[in-house]
Amino acid sequence: MSASVLYDEPGPRARVRHRLVGVATLGLIGAFVAFTIYRFTETGQFEPLKWKQFEYEAIQLQLLHGLLATLEAAGTAAVLALIFGGVFASARISDAWIFRAPATFLVELFRAIPLLILIFFGYYVPLQYGWHISNFWALVAGLTVYNGSVLAEIIRAGIAAIPRGQAEAAYALGMQKGQVVRLILLPQAIRAMLPSIIGQLVVLLKDTALGFIITYPELLYVGKQMGSRLAFDLPYVPTYLVVAAIYIGMCAIMSAFANWLAKRGDGKRSPAPTPRR
Amino acid sequence: MLEFFRTLTNNWDIFSRGFLTTLKLFVIGAVGSLTVGTILATMRVSPVPVLRGLGAAYVNIIRNTPLTLVFAFLVFAAPKLGIEIAFEPAAYTALTIYTAAFICETLRSGINTVPVGQGEAARALGMTFGQVLYLIVLPQAFRTVVPPLISMLNAMLKNTTVAAGFSVVEAGAIQAYLSERGENQVVTLFWITFGFLCFVVPLILLQRYLERRWAVVR
Repeated sequence: MSASVLYDEPGPRARVRHRLVGVATLGLIGAFVAFTIYRFTETGQFEPLKWKQFEYEAIQLQLLHGLLATLEAAGTAAVLALIFGGVFASARISDAWIFRAPATFLVELFRAIPLLILIFFGYYVPLQYGWHISNFWALVAGLTVYNGSVLAEIIRAGIAAIPRGQAEAAYALGMQKGQVVRLILLPQAIRAMLPSIIGQLVVLLKDTALGFIITYPELLYVGKQMGSRLAFDLPYVPTYLVVAAIYIGMCAIMSAFANWLAKRGDGKRSPAPTPRR
Repeated sequence: MLEFFRTLTNNWDIFSRGFLTTLKLFVIGAVGSLTVGTILATMRVSPVPVLRGLGAAYVNIIRNTPLTLVFAFLVFAAPKLGIEIAFEPAAYTALTIYTAAFICETLRSGINTVPVGQGEAARALGMTFGQVLYLIVLPQAFRTVVPPLISMLNAMLKNTTVAAGFSVVEAGAIQAYLSERGENQVVTLFWITFGFLCFVVPLILLQRYLERRWAVVR
């Protein structure tokens, strides 16, 4: 039995060929890694001075504060975006056009505008009218409306996938539409869509790095500050490697959790959606 | 009301320059990421384990890295490694590196939707892996994933604004220029948004049109 649509189970000659291609690729990667290490040494990236700053407690604390600032913005925006998503998904399936129309318009609009521009809206519009708003809230506002709109769509797709009998049974028990959405549809939709929702929260976490452009002191901003220290011979490369490792670690854990949930939920997924009129 | 339009007409130089750069970033980024994404997808479905592993590693690392960090690495760290790269090429490269990972995954999900019989029939005709992939499977896979691919490109179009934080004068940078000229920030932002909608709405319409036209009959 072949493992893929694209090729048969390899025979002895193909196996040799694959091994050769594999070895050649490994050789290329090896050469690339060797070249990178050579460039690093050539340009003095391994000089102890460049890495020395990570030994100081003050610097470690600075990194930690950057990480906390990132997590604070991401956490606040995640909670608000989930609320936003739930509310707007409910409004989009409302019977009253007075709720449906604006919700549809806003969700579509926020998804069409670049996130950075939304953050600028949060940052510059209050300034224009003389209110002061911290860059933390400008960032959180942008992250909330953008990711909240995406989450609203995800939740709406989840609601559409719930078997119709669920809502019909709830109506038969005498529930009102609001109760049906709140007690029957939303919980099931959120549960079925949890992997996608977590996937979107990973995107949200990555997007906090945009805060660096409006000088919110998150991880990347701190990284740039640390990299530009002349006293340690401009350690941009080491610093960004450290910062990248932190981001990749955080996001990979979340992604892995989402995958695990998706696998676990496969057996219990609601059946295929019935076509809706 | 006149004031409102004047913001656009008086600063037409910046607006046109900004959006032309955005368009340029978008086109180069789209071509680049589709090419690299296809190569990555090929690696991930190939019979060679090493290539599969390499493709998977690339996708997992890049997907979990913020685009802003990819930009920062190319702009601030690369010169320290003796790789001098100007701001604009750095922007194309960052967008390509980042978007390719997502395009690869989309294509791969499309490859999984092609019926097994298609590949088997092609192999029965004696086609090689490359022929099966490029003549039979990918064209069909591509048709199924056109809507999500356009969504990816749409996301990339919006991501071009990140370049504004790295000294590229594109639509996201218009704001900074006009605030120096003392224009009303709200009006400026409105026009930038309007400009983006002029890009995004046609893309969405194209997506819907192709979705209807290219729906694969199974």
